[in-house]
Amino acid sequence: MAKYNLKINGKARQVDVDPSTPVLWVLRDSLNMVGTKFGCGMAQCGACTVHLDGNAVRSCVLPVSAIGKQEITTIEGLSANGDHPVQKAWLEHDVAQCGYCQSGQIMSAAALLKSNPKPTDDDIDAAMSGNICRCGTYLRIKEAIKTASKV
Amino acid sequence: MKNTHNRRSFLKSSALAGGGMMLSFSWFSNAKAAEKIQERNAARLNLPDQWSELTGYVKITPDNVVKILCPNPEFGQNVMTSLPMIVAEELDVDWKNVVVEMGPHDNVKLGPQFTGGSNSVRMYWKPLRNAGAAARQMLIEAASQTWSVPASEITTKAGVLTHTSGKTAKYGEMASKAAAIAVPKEVKLKAPKDFSIVRNSKKNTEGLKVVTGKPLFGMDYRVDGMLIAMIQHPPAFGMKLKSFDASQSLKMPGIKDVFSFKLYDDGFEQGGFDTRTFNEMIAVVGNSTWEVMNARKKLIVQWEAAGDLKETMSGRGGKREVSVPGRLETTSRQFEMMAEYAKKPAQQLRKDGDPETAFKNAAQIIERTYNAPFLAHNCMEPMNFFAHVMEDKAVVAGPLQAPGWMEPTLAKILNLPAEKIEIQMTRMGGGFGRRAYGSYVYEAARISQKLKAPVKLIYSREDDMTYGIYRPMYTATYRAALDANKNLIGFHVIGGGIPENPVHANRFPAGAVDNYLAEGWEIPSNVTIGAFRAPRSNFNAAAEQSFLDELAEAMGKDPIQLRLDLLKKAKENPVGKNNDYDASRYIGVLELLKEKSGWGKPENAGKKRGVAAYFCHASYAGHVVDMVMRDGQPYVEQVTSTVDCGVVVNPDAARNMVQGAVVDGIGNAFYGALTHKDGAPEQSNFHNYRIIRHNEAPKKIDVHFVESDVDPTGLGEPPFPPVFGAVANALFKTTGKRYYNQPFASEQSNPKS
Repeated sequence: MAKYNLKINGKARQVDVDPSTPVLWVLRDSLNMVGTKFGCGMAQCGACTVHLDGNAVRSCVLPVSAIGKQEITTIEGLSANGDHPVQKAWLEHDVAQCGYCQSGQIMSAAALLKSNPKPTDDDIDAAMSGNICRCGTYLRIKEAIKTASKV
Repeated sequence: MKNTHNRRSFLKSSALAGGGMMLSFSWFSNAKAAEKIQERNAARLNLPDQWSELTGYVKITPDNVVKILCPNPEFGQNVMTSLPMIVAEELDVDWKNVVVEMGPHDNVKLGPQFTGGSNSVRMYWKPLRNAGAAARQMLIEAASQTWSVPASEITTKAGVLTHTSGKTAKYGEMASKAAAIAVPKEVKLKAPKDFSIVRNSKKNTEGLKVVTGKPLFGMDYRVDGMLIAMIQHPPAFGMKLKSFDASQSLKMPGIKDVFSFKLYDDGFEQGGFDTRTFNEMIAVVGNSTWEVMNARKKLIVQWEAAGDLKETMSGRGGKREVSVPGRLETTSRQFEMMAEYAKKPAQQLRKDGDPETAFKNAAQIIERTYNAPFLAHNCMEPMNFFAHVMEDKAVVAGPLQAPGWMEPTLAKILNLPAEKIEIQMTRMGGGFGRRAYGSYVYEAARISQKLKAPVKLIYSREDDMTYGIYRPMYTATYRAALDANKNLIGFHVIGGGIPENPVHANRFPAGAVDNYLAEGWEIPSNVTIGAFRAPRSNFNAAAEQSFLDELAEAMGKDPIQLRLDLLKKAKENPVGKNNDYDASRYIGVLELLKEKSGWGKPENAGKKRGVAAYFCHASYAGHVVDMVMRDGQPYVEQVTSTVDCGVVVNPDAARNMVQGAVVDGIGNAFYGALTHKDGAPEQSNFHNYRIIRHNEAPKKIDVHFVESDVDPTGLGEPPFPPVFGAVANALFKTTGKRYYNQPFASEQSNPKS
C-alpha cells in the first residue's frame, strides 16, 4: 500500500492503495465516484474513459502510481450541473438507451472537441471507435458531437 | 371508448400523509401470475384468492406535482419514460409537472414487473391508462362536489380542472378530496386521436442522471461495510471443481475469505430461469475489487471432467429429469454433429397439404442450409448483484429483468419466506435476455449468507463472457418446390440446434403455401443457453429471409413482390390453422418499406440493396439495407426501416430503439460468435469477441412507423431479427456471393467455410 495525493475534478484527494491499482478502481472503490464505469478491464470498450490533463485515457489500465501530478477529470467533474456542451447535446439528441457506456462516450467526445473543435465524420469515428455501445446508439452520439461542436 | 373493469379487479385510493392523493389500480392478469400471487394476496390483503393484482401509483401533491411510479425494470428500453407517459396521458397532466420514480419490487402492487419478450408497454398499456383515467375522473368528481356543479360540466387539461362558468382549480387543490372519493367502476379512455402526450416524443426522464454519471446501476450500488466478491468458475463447460489451494490468495492484502460453495443443493428443482451452468464455484471476498481480482489470480485450482449429469427441472414444462451430457465441446465438432442430426428423422411441427408429393413432382427444388454460432449477450455492465442476507431477512439489489422469477428460488436457497426478501431494481446496463437468468443473484446471496455480511458480487468481463447462457447454436435447411411455371408448390424447413430447435412452425410462409412441412430436432449440451433479443427469431429471420431472396431470384420475381404475393394468399385464402401473424399488418409494413426506401425506383438502380421483413412479438418490421464496398470490406452505409408496433408511445425513443436494433443486428451478423475448444470458450473479452463500433455503424438509419391505432405491440425485439436477412441479401448484391454462415465477416475471410 502507498499513499497518493491526487487532483481529481479540481480537488485534492488522498488515497492509500496498492501502487498497481487502476485509477478506475481508485475512483469507484476508494472514492465512491462511480460515474466512471467498468466494462472490460483491458482498454477495449472505453466505458472507463477519464481525462488525464485533458486527454482521454482508459482508467481501467492506468495504475495510480503513474499519475504523478497529472490532473484527473471524471464525468462527475466535466461540469457542475450537467451543462457541458457535450452533455447538453446528449440530452438534446436523447442519446442514451441503457446508458452504461455513456459517461465514457461523453468523456471521449469532450476530449475530442477540446483538441479538434470541428471534427469531421472520420475524425469522430477515429476518436470514438474505442468506445463500445452495445445498445447501438452510435448514430445519435455522432449527431450529438456535431451539435456540441457548433456551440 | 369505454372500458369496464372486471368486477373482480379493483381500484383503490388513499390520502397521502402530507395531503394529496394516491391511486392504486389493479387488474386481472394472466393465470400464471395469478396463481403465483394468490397466496400472498390472501395473506396480506384479503383479496379474492383467484385474482392477481397490479398497482400503478399516481401521487399528486397539493402544489400540483405528479409523481408516477414506473413498475417495470429499466434496461434501456426507456420504460421509465414511456410507462409514466401512458398514465399522464389519461390523467391529463402537464408532463412538465411529472416526476418519475422506479417502483419497488412488489408483484402484488405493481404487477408482473418483467422486462422481456418486448412486453413492457404491451402488458402495462391498458392498466396504466385505466389508472390515469380513473384518477382524472376522481379529480373531476372532487371538483364537482366542491363547486356544486355537475361533473359533466367540468373539463380537464394539463392538470387543471375547468368548469363551464370559467372557474378553475389545479389538480393539487382537489387531490386530497379526490382521494376520499370512491374509485369509478367504469372509466372513459381517450380516443387515440385525442392523445397529447402519447405519440409525442418525450425525453428520457433519466437522461440527466445518465450524462452526469449518477449511481444508477447495480455496479454502482454500495452500502457501508460492503465487501466485494468474485467467483472462479470452471474454465470449460463439462468441467467441475476437484480441489483448490487458497493459501496464497488468503495472504493477499484486503482478502477476507476464500471458499467454495454450491449454487443449488443436490436434487434442487430448478425453475425455468434458474439455469445452472456450473454448480460449484470458488468465492474470493475482500475489501476492494482490485484486491479481490489479484487474490483470485493466486488461486491454485484443480478441475476435472464433470461427466454426464442429471438436472431436476420444474417450472416451464412441469417437473422432469433432464440429462446433461458431459462431453467437452469443440466448435468444428458441434457443426459436424448438427449436420449429422439434420439427416435424422425429426419431430414434425406442422404439416399442410401433401409436401412429399409436391417435392416429388417439382420441376425444380431449391435447397439451402444456414448456420449460426452461439452468441454472448455482452451487456456493457457485467453481471453483478448486491446481497445482504441476515438472520431473518435479506436485501438484494441489482440488475435483473424479472425479479419475481428469481424470488421463489432465492427464498428456497436462503430458507426465508418470500416476503422477507427485498429485491431492489437498479437500472440495467443492458440485458438482451441475459438478466432473465438469475444465477448471479443466488451466488451473491450464497456468499453473503456464508459471510453474514453485505456483499457485492462482480463478474469480470471474462467471467461474464465465459459463463454460458448464450444464444444457442442453430442450423436450418430450407427447401422450396417449384413447378414448371416457377410457381411455389411446396415449402419445407427442418431446423435444429445446440441445444434448442429454432423453428417457429406457424409463422410466415406457413399459411401461404399449400404444401408445407416444418420439422425440428435438438442436441443436448452442457453449454447453457438463454433468451437473446428475439430468441429463435433472430436466427429464423436470417435463414428464412435469405432463402426467400434466393427463391425470388429463382422464380424471377422481385423479392418484396414475392413476399407480398405470398401474404396476399395468406390473407385472402390462408392455408392451415394457427397462423400466428396478421397478413394485413405484414403487407402494410412491406408496402411502407417499398415506399420509404424508393424500392425499384430508377434513382436507386445503382444501389446494392438487401431487403428482409419479419414478424415477432406481435409486431412487424422490415429493413432495406444499402451496402457498399469500403476499403475492401462490405459496409452497410444506409438503412431504411419500417415497423408496425401499433400505437407508438414515444416516437423519438422508439426510433432510437429501432436504430439500435439495426446496429446490433449488423454487428452480430458480421462479427458475433462464441466458439469452443474442448469445452472452453475461445473468446473472453472484447479483444477477441468483436462488437460493432462507431466506424462500422451506418451513416443513416431512417425509421418509419406504420400509423396505427392498434394497442401497442412489441418494439425492443421485432426490428432486430430481419436485419440479419437484409444484410445477407445485400451481401449477395455487393459481392455476388450468397452468405449462409454467420458471422458473415468470418465467412468472407474464409471462402472454404
